[in-house]
Formats: sequence, structure tokens, C-alpha cells
Amino acid sequence: MLFPTTSSPQAPPRVVITGAGIITALGLGWKPNAEGFRAGRTAFRPATLFDVSRQRAKNAAEVDLPAALPPTRLSAKQIARFDRAASLLLLATHEAWQQSGWEPMENLPLVLGTTAGGMSFGEAYFRQAVRTPRDYRHQPTRAVHYQPQVQARTVLEALGSNGPITIVSNACASGSNAIGHAWELIRYGQAERALAGGYDALTELVFSGFDALQALSTTTCRPFDARRDGLALGEGAAVVALETFESARRRDAPILGELIGYGTSIDHHHLTQPHPQGDTTLTVMKQACATAGVTADDIDYLNAHGTGTVLNDSSEALAISHWAGRRAATLPVSSTKASIGHLLGAAGAIEAVICLMTLCEQWLPPEMLFETPDPACNFPIVHKPRDARVNVVLSNSFGFGGVNASLILRRWT
Amino acid sequence: MSRIFIAGLGAVSPAGWNVAALRGALDKGEPLPVQSLERPGWAKPLPVRLVPNPSVRPEFLTHPRLRRTSPITHYVVASALEATARLRANRDPKFRLGLVVCLQSGCVNYSCRFYEETLKDPATASPLLFPETVYAAPASHLAAVLGNISLASSLVGDPATFLQGISLGAQWLEENRVDACLVIGAEETNWILADALWHLERSAVLTAGAGAVCLCREPELSAGVELAAITDAHTYSTRNSRTQAARSMRNQLGKSSSRELLCDGLENSPRADAPELAAWRDWTGPRVSPKRILGEGLMAAAAWQCVVACAATAGGQFTAANVSLVGSNQQAIGARFVRVDSGISHLSAGKSPGNIRS
Repeated sequence: MLFPTTSSPQAPPRVVITGAGIITALGLGWKPNAEGFRAGRTAFRPATLFDVSRQRAKNAAEVDLPAALPPTRLSAKQIARFDRAASLLLLATHEAWQQSGWEPMENLPLVLGTTAGGMSFGEAYFRQAVRTPRDYRHQPTRAVHYQPQVQARTVLEALGSNGPITIVSNACASGSNAIGHAWELIRYGQAERALAGGYDALTELVFSGFDALQALSTTTCRPFDARRDGLALGEGAAVVALETFESARRRDAPILGELIGYGTSIDHHHLTQPHPQGDTTLTVMKQACATAGVTADDIDYLNAHGTGTVLNDSSEALAISHWAGRRAATLPVSSTKASIGHLLGAAGAIEAVICLMTLCEQWLPPEMLFETPDPACNFPIVHKPRDARVNVVLSNSFGFGGVNASLILRRWT
Repeated sequence: MSRIFIAGLGAVSPAGWNVAALRGALDKGEPLPVQSLERPGWAKPLPVRLVPNPSVRPEFLTHPRLRRTSPITHYVVASALEATARLRANRDPKFRLGLVVCLQSGCVNYSCRFYEETLKDPATASPLLFPETVYAAPASHLAAVLGNISLASSLVGDPATFLQGISLGAQWLEENRVDACLVIGAEETNWILADALWHLERSAVLTAGAGAVCLCREPELSAGVELAAITDAHTYSTRNSRTQAARSMRNQLGKSSSRELLCDGLENSPRADAPELAAWRDWTGPRVSPKRILGEGLMAAAAWQCVVACAATAGGQFTAANVSLVGSNQQAIGARFVRVDSGISHLSAGKSPGNIRS
């Protein structure tokens, strides 16, 4: 029952990650992405998915989808109904699933964050309805597969599984919120395992929206650089397999890391702008630390939301400085959006998997094009590839509408 | 396990801008009049039930954050203010309010307007419209209006998601992360959404609005109703059809007495209604079907079902009310609300639950 739930365990179980899938413009899967982030590669190129000739910005980080999706339990007809977003989601989920070693199961919660879901279907529906209103072909299919819960259901079916689906849409905090929500489901005894993550594909409406807001960089995305001029958009998906430590131990599963902290709140300041002093950012970092039982001194790396916009980065920098105190002077910080752009509803999940990479492989992801620190940054920005001792990491995500979220992950030794 | 009470209800519907209007329409038992919505390029208009303009411009619309907002935000705010009226009257500045906004289609008006402008010329597409297209916009605006929301989330899914929202709110209360939690289901309508619904269910009449249920943990804040149960989410799949999922939901709710009300989602659409009709075939007690009067309000309709169930229980005519949400493409979930015998009803002033067929 969703309510009342079975009694919560006295001490919440430890929640570990036994599978991770990641798809970005740097590549399909853990290995090419780890190599890319470790080297600080950038994946931007002229956008080709739609016409950008009348936009201010011309570049994006597009994923090169494979010629064929991995074999699953889906029929060719079901696969034919996939748009880019569903393909990205399936690829990431499939990788996480394979790595976890899970068998098909019933009652497996799937918690996903997205801002757009199957928006490409919505765009196609609108164009056809306006341009050829008497042509109904494909419209019913688009009306159904536009909806993210339908895409999520299909992905569960691909794995031979079934279970409750939760779609979180808190704008660009969605991916972190989805992972945090799944973490809470497990901690409060409502599930032993869960799949969680985020996905978003590039779409014309969203690209045009950020361009209209003049939020897109017309030069290079340089988070926390004093000369930054905006964000860059990307696309992708990331999914993690979460389970209790006891569940992982029983089946002797390799553990990639432990999720130990989560904080979330809402900034009332403005629909699209953060509070200038980063008050809510500070709140969620403190909440995440409190649930994790750590302090800023224990954090070895901070993966910032760091979009590259003037307002976000200055607000986040102030919050990090305030939260970290004296630790700020030596706390390595970077934004991996410098490499792959802002993945919106997928961003938090992608960045959680990048944090896992730093824990598993002991390096820090640099911003190679970073040159001049913003005066608000009194912490070092990682701008060269380097190995490091990384035991605990914090990842920030903030969204339009004001929902902020922080996740804390710990190395598994 | 904490007890979760209902502290207040709110509704905006084609019947009007409060719960009383919603219940008044159900009391009459007559489907509301259908209006026509022009569909560009097509002579035959689309049938809809529009939310009427309020008789007096709501005061909340003067809030600076609401200047450029679309109707869905107006519905969300109006229903929230109604549901929290008593809480706001005695507000402790430290009172922490949670917010879960559930949507299926979300902000379709500005999404269509912005995309239309993009197709014409992206260089002149309005930056004022784009932020209002995101699912999280209504929750953000409401948080700004109320000022004491400390935790918020927007959930997307088919209409049964509304009960997932109630479950999430209950969880936040049980974890003592908030002192009360608003759960709101809302939709707005435009021609493209009516067109899409026409493709999927020809007999459905699209409508819009919002329904709000305010949850609390303190019995003294209760309006006379408490949450007794929410079933599992019975997700549809190739191995679990909509019919099977509806039956599982119904079985999980268990047997009910004849003094209980069933608030279902039937809408006079044989194909869409069949799984729910089959699941409740053995039901002999009173039932109410808000969508038959109001129309297909998607997530808003799911919220109205819960609002009506709670209001009817608080009114004292029933000891309990069951809500049956058999969603369109995701899941079936049911819930039961029961009367708090020691509580004082603030919800219905003894009115009948409306359009009850015994």
C-alpha cells in the first residue's frame, strides 16, 4: 500500500548503487564518458537536429545515437515508436540494468526526472495540426507517446519488469530529485531496489526558449569564469540502480558507491532567477550534509550546478563559499556542463553518475576552458585533469521554478 | 505510523471557483453545458467545458508573480487558497507547508503560443512565454504567493498520479519535513489538447481547473476527514492490462459497507469506462461520477474526485468514501477517506455529496 506504509525500519538502511548508465554527447556508456570527463573534453558542435539559423546560439552537445538500440523484450513496433528522448532513456537504463545484474522483477520502482519527456512528438503533433489539419496520420500515437509516463512504462517493459512509475518534473533539478526520491523510498522501507535517473533530448522549443531568454552562450560555456556569457544545451540520460546494502550483499554484487545524503527545498525569489545570495542553495547543501552526517570539511569534490549564466554562478558561488567556510579555499569545484552542456531534467542524474566516476576512478573532472575566476568564487575551480583522493562528493542541481537539490555520494571501499 | 488528516479542500472547475460550486453542480446531477472551441483549419469545433470567468476578479491576481501567468496557475492558486484558508488564518510564521502539484498535460497554453512563435520566427519568440511552459511553473508561482512553502515537487503522469501525490505528501508529513502539505491536481485547456483528446476518445469533453487537498498531521487541524488507505500503484503493462490493474486496485481496497460512498472516474465513454465498470461491478452502494457532470479534466478531474469524496465524508452522510482512479495510460490507484468521529466538519455544512446514485 502507498498508505499506510509498512512500518519504517528503526535505522534506515544504507543505500548503495550497483549499476549506472550514462549517455551524453561525449559517448554512449560509462567508459567513453569517464575518459571524456577525466580529460575535460567538450562535445559542442553546430546544432543539426533543427534549424538554428535564426537563433542567437548555434551550438549544442548532440548525442550520436547508435544505429540500433540494444536487444530487449520490446518488439520492433514498440521500438519504432521511440523518439530521441526514449532512445536515450532506454540506452542509459539498459546499461545500468546490465551492470546491476538484476533479473526481471515485479514492483520495481522507476523514478525519473524530465522536463520535456517526448516533446519531439508534441512538436510534430503541433506542426501537423497547424499545417495540415485534416491529416490525422500518426497523431494518436504522438498524443500518447508524448507523455513521459508512457516512455517510462515502455522502458520497464524492455527490461521484463513492472512497477510503480514516478515522473518528477522540477525543471533542471528533476534528475537529482528523482534519485533523492528513490533513495527515500528505499530508506523508508517502501522498496528494496529502485531505478532512478533523468533524461531529456534536445528539442526546438526548449532551444528556442533558452535562446529567447538570451541565456545561451554565443561563445563558449565557461561556468564560474568571470567572462562567462551563458549556458549551452545538451542532451542525454543517466540512470542508477539503487538498492539496500543488504540486498547487494546477499547477491555479492559489485558496489559503485553509496548515496548518503539528499536535500531539497524551493527558492521563492523568481521563476527563472536564483536568490542572489543563494539562500536556498545553502539550505539544501546543509540538509544533504545533515542527512549524510558529514560537513563541508568531509567533501572532497563539489560538482556544481554551474550553468555558465551570470546569475546562477554568482549565486551558487556565494552559497558554496558561505556553506564551506574555511574549507572553501581548498575545496575542488567544477561544473561538468562545460563539457556536455546543460541537460535540464537529466542534468542532476548525469552529474550524480559523474560523481560516481570520480569516486570509483579517483580523478576530478576539469573545466579546460576556464580562465578567469569570478570574484565570487573563493574556491578553486578544477581546470586541469588531475587524479585525486575522492571519498565524499556533493552534487548541486537547481531548476526554473526554484526547486533546488543536493546529493552526497560516498566511495565504497 | 502517523494519522494523516484532511485540513482543507479547494476546487476550480467548469462549475465555478470553489468547492461549493463544484458540489452544487454535482447536486443538480445534470451535465454542464458544452461550449465550442475553434480548431484552426477545421470547420467543426471541438467540444469543451470551459472554466467560467470569476464573477469578481480574484484579489490574488494582483500579486506581481501572477501578472503573466496562464490559467493553470490561476486555478492552482485559487484552489490552494481555498484549501488553506483556515490554516492561513492562524498562521505561525514557522509553519512549514509542503506542495505537490500533479499534472498530466500541464502548461499547454503558453507552450503552444511559444512554439507557434518559434515556428514563425525564433528570433522574435517571446522570452516572457517560455518560462511559463515548464511543468514546475504553477508550483513556483504558488510558492511565491503563499510564502511559507518549504518543500515542493511537481509530478507528471496519468490522472491516478494524484494519489501518488497524496502519498508523497503523507510521507513528508510522517517524516516531519512539513507541518501540512497541499496536494493539487490541475490542468488548463486549449484547442490542441482538445484535438488530442478527440483522437483518443471521441466522446470525451475536455475541461480544466484544479482540485486541492490539504493534508496535516495534527488532529486539531482536521476538517473531519482522515486518509485511511491508498492502494499500491498498479502499473499497466503487457502482462497487466488496464482491466486487471483496475481489478487489483479494487481488491486491495477491500469490502466496503453500504454506508460508504464510491467516487469513480466514469465519464460515459464505453471504451474508457469498461475496466473501471468491471472492477466495481459488485458495488451496490451509493456512487458519484464527477466527470459525467464536469467533463474530462485529466489530473484536475482526479483531484475533484478526491475533493468530492472528502467533502461527502466530512458532511457526515457517509462513514467513508472510496476513490477509484483508473488512469488512462499508466496506473490504477484507489484510496479511502474516513470520517473522524471526534472532529468537527468544516468542509460541507451537511450538504449532500451530489449526484449520488444508490
